[in-house]
Amino acid sequence: MATVRIPPVLRPKTGGQPEVEAAGGNVGEVLRSLTGEFPDTEGQLFGEGGELNRYVNVYLNDEDVRVLDGLETSVKDGDTVVILPAMAGGGS
Amino acid sequence: MAIDTTRAQTIEEIEPFEAAEEINGGDVVLIDTREPHEYQEAHLEGGKLVPPGLLADEIATAAPDKSARTILYCRSGNRSAIAAAQMQQLGYENVASMSGGIVQWQEQGLPVVAAHGMTPEQRERYSRHTLLPEVGVDGQVKLLNAKVLLLGAGGLGAPTALYLAAAGVGTIGLVDDDVVDASNLQRQVIHNTERIGMPKTKSARIFIEALNPDVKVVEHNGRLDAGNILEIIGDYDIVVDGADNFPTRYLLNDASVRLRMPVVSASILGFDGQISTFVPFEGPCYRCLYPTPPPAELAPSCSANGVLGVMAGTMGTLQANEVIKLIIGAGEPLVGRLLLYEALGTRFTELKVRRDPDCPICGENAEEIPESEMGKFPDYDAFCAGAGGDR
Repeated sequence: MATVRIPPVLRPKTGGQPEVEAAGGNVGEVLRSLTGEFPDTEGQLFGEGGELNRYVNVYLNDEDVRVLDGLETSVKDGDTVVILPAMAGGGS
Repeated sequence: MAIDTTRAQTIEEIEPFEAAEEINGGDVVLIDTREPHEYQEAHLEGGKLVPPGLLADEIATAAPDKSARTILYCRSGNRSAIAAAQMQQLGYENVASMSGGIVQWQEQGLPVVAAHGMTPEQRERYSRHTLLPEVGVDGQVKLLNAKVLLLGAGGLGAPTALYLAAAGVGTIGLVDDDVVDASNLQRQVIHNTERIGMPKTKSARIFIEALNPDVKVVEHNGRLDAGNILEIIGDYDIVVDGADNFPTRYLLNDASVRLRMPVVSASILGFDGQISTFVPFEGPCYRCLYPTPPPAELAPSCSANGVLGVMAGTMGTLQANEVIKLIIGAGEPLVGRLLLYEALGTRFTELKVRRDPDCPICGENAEEIPESEMGKFPDYDAFCAGAGGDR
């Protein structure tokens, strides 16, 4: 199982949970487990063709999966997957 | 170490002019037996600092040869006489204390190494900075000569402005077109109840000028756009991005990469904050990190979503820390690193950010874009229609 860190904007879709345990051998499978459990997250993570949306950054531990093998990047037990959309708030 | 300095003991005392002759002749170890802040203000050229309380620990490093000619001085000659007696007990054979100290030395017109570029008031005000080896007088003078532009005088801009002003950053520019509102005061600590309704740039000026008269405040009471950004930011050394909307963040990125100007960028929402430092071509740019802004429903604003007031302070002061490091050239700025802070769990997470070789702005094959295109992205117009400017 991997731990998925949920950004604040997605927490309403995960019942407010900031972290969710999800199974999968690679990043794509872990995210699919997440969307399976919390279907409302699907449309915000994946485009219609099933690809990860460009505006969502995904990290395996501290590394961007774009420089690894993308959704194919393998995940070990205890790894952390961080979902990170851009934030623009300046506190105005 | 307990040494009985009241015991009658003969030490050699020499006049400043005698010390000067010996020092000019060479082969003299010169020890300054004062405190670090006194040394910082002015000392004799070649003088090594060994504060009285650290003599037993540090003298062997500063004066390894116990038979060498060693001259001690302090402010007026008392502390150096005591130190000379202690050194004799430690086995130093040829020690002299300069009578009258550096005060009499200077009265006789002899030269000192002084803290250049700072007034006596500034030496006092910034003494806790100049004591730090990483800052020192040189670093403080750099701060006093630095020009920093704050994009936004709101949640992030307020604490950043507060600490940069206190630190003596010589010129602070502020871009904001908003006025102070009662709902700002839970976090925007440079504004106050009396100044509700006043332009934020003016309110910030009043605060900063009262805190530190060394700081020149430049008000840019308006918004950045593609037509004015190069002219406005071009006058500064560093930009601090606390903007409240994506179009301004992309616009700033594109202009700052063009001008090769570092940007310290943070954002806050709810209990979450993120910060990174973008140094063009040295590390990634904002577009390398976020190639595309999220749709409006994934990009709520603080005014719609709420923000813990202290989050602005935490992330704003981290921004000030980054700015100061960039100015004085110390430490490791957050270049190529994104720091996330989650306040409910009090948890910091650091992520790596890589330069994108295909980045349209700073990538290997990026072509210079016309000014009218700066800040745009493929679906810019659609995005702006939906979410541009969270006013």
